[in-house]
Amino acid sequence: MVEGTVSGELEARLDVRHGQSFLLDIELSIPPGRTVALLGPNGAGKSTAVAALAGLIPVDSGCVRLGEDVLDDPQTGVFVPPEERGMGVVFQDYLLFPHMSVVDNVAFGLRNHGLGREEARWRARGWIDRLGLDRVAEQKPGSLSGGQAQRVALARALVTEPRMLLLDEPLSALDVTTRAKLRRELAEHLTAFAGPRLMITHDPAEAFLLSDEIHIIEDGRITQVGSAEAIRLRPRTSYAADLAGSNLFVGYASDGTVDAGGHLLQTADPDFSGEVLVSIRPSAISLHRSRPEGSPRNSWEATIGAVERLGERARVAVGQPLPLTAEVTTAAADELDLAPGHRIWVSIKATEIGVELAPGPG
Amino acid sequence: MRPPALLIVLGCLGLSVFVIPFLGLLARVPWGELPSLLSSELVTQALRLSITTSLAATALSFVIGVPLAWLMARVEFPGRWLMRGFVTLPLVLPPVVGGAALLFALGRRGIVGEPLNQATGLLLPFSTWGVVVANTFVAMPFLVITVEGALRNLDRRYEGAAATLGAGQWTVLRRVTLPMIAPSLAAGLVLTWARALGEFGATITFAGNLQGRTQTLPLAVFVALESDRDTAVALSLLMVVVSLAVLIALRERWWKAL
Repeated sequence: MVEGTVSGELEARLDVRHGQSFLLDIELSIPPGRTVALLGPNGAGKSTAVAALAGLIPVDSGCVRLGEDVLDDPQTGVFVPPEERGMGVVFQDYLLFPHMSVVDNVAFGLRNHGLGREEARWRARGWIDRLGLDRVAEQKPGSLSGGQAQRVALARALVTEPRMLLLDEPLSALDVTTRAKLRRELAEHLTAFAGPRLMITHDPAEAFLLSDEIHIIEDGRITQVGSAEAIRLRPRTSYAADLAGSNLFVGYASDGTVDAGGHLLQTADPDFSGEVLVSIRPSAISLHRSRPEGSPRNSWEATIGAVERLGERARVAVGQPLPLTAEVTTAAADELDLAPGHRIWVSIKATEIGVELAPGPG
Repeated sequence: MRPPALLIVLGCLGLSVFVIPFLGLLARVPWGELPSLLSSELVTQALRLSITTSLAATALSFVIGVPLAWLMARVEFPGRWLMRGFVTLPLVLPPVVGGAALLFALGRRGIVGEPLNQATGLLLPFSTWGVVVANTFVAMPFLVITVEGALRNLDRRYEGAAATLGAGQWTVLRRVTLPMIAPSLAAGLVLTWARALGEFGATITFAGNLQGRTQTLPLAVFVALESDRDTAVALSLLMVVVSLAVLIALRERWWKAL
């Protein structure tokens, strides 16, 4: 990438309506070099946000500003069309042009920026080789694997040196193994990109690992903004609470131990070191009235924060030293006399602690 | 399961409607004289005229029909249903009526023909250009309707993706939209060309039947039937061969596009 494309901060208030029914009303502000994840369930208006920022649909009120430039402001009648916005977009499903080879897909944007066919193809080849796609360069997108298509989409968006990067569910079309691998790659590209970055996702792991700040979006509105940790510890809506209830957090691994905010967890896998994504299924957490027998390697005493009964199951939030959400049967909840404020012993088998290598800081 | 006998009989009867005329035609072909018949001046002139006018009508349909299809598929405006009605009308209208309408509109005293004649000296009726206009009138709906359908089915997000990559609207149309609907576009063009090639009613009404100027293959067949049956048969055979070639070329795309 050529140095010198100066990007400013993204400041946007997106108010998009469709007829009488409300679609989207959010505010975003993303400084250069920072990644914001817009995390929410399907149908929350995430893709509409991308379309409005990219200029594919106008905002009904509000404005979009990137650095000094106003891109959309219905009040002053300013609307910069998508082809002049300089937004790099990786679309959901990638939307690679099916009739063009991989090289021509990547060269497409360069040609629109005035480069001749050969020079555009030559520059595109540079990106393609760097992403390890040289063997499929002349193939049509239809024959690519999901991971390859994702890389092509990323190259196509980055090759024109956009001022801002928009990623709409960049990894959701991939299978689980490929996703974990490409997540790390994507993190590197995000770090290398100087402008503001916005990632749309419904996958909390993606949001937790790849972003600096998470905005939770539900029904077209942002319901909570904060770091992954803040959202996990103080979820404000039931959607956020469900995310928190999945016990997903970032820790620091060394020698089979994970340091999770000062609390040490023993894991079954000694090979990890550095930043990791830890996940613990709520049903894998056992609760006891006294110190458990046979001492599983992870056990500690904590105070119960809240108990929520959902039919046969009860969801129990336990507090410091490591806030987690456990799930037990209601019968067990009654037997253990679970209630807010009571002390309880928490234990987790080392084999039940999922650890996945996190990419470097996004 | 064996289908009911009555259905088989009726179905075969249905098929015979298509097959028997061809057998009748083939039975009458004077195979020995075919080369000399097909190289007569009447035939070569009609063939040349048919090919040039049908291709010209196809090209004209492409230039003005694709934009029309694009407008119909993409732009919301009141009275779009009326527009679609006008486009579809030539498909159901007897071509003779179309030719008569063209004559009233574009003839020497027509509402468009008169000012056009005064301004440019151009007179469309009974000219080769008149054949092209009549062909376009009758054949262009095939292109417009095929392309409109393809544009409606196209995933428009690809066009949005192209726009974010710096492509203006013309570039999107030229490098993304048209290539992505290429199969339908090709099918529409071939259908249009085939329809133009076979045009008879509107042409003879609007452009007349002047050998070497407006007498296309179908008109030549009609004339030859009165005077020279062998030539008529040879001309008909020529058109059957051309039509079959079109069908074979389209066999993959025919149903998908429509």
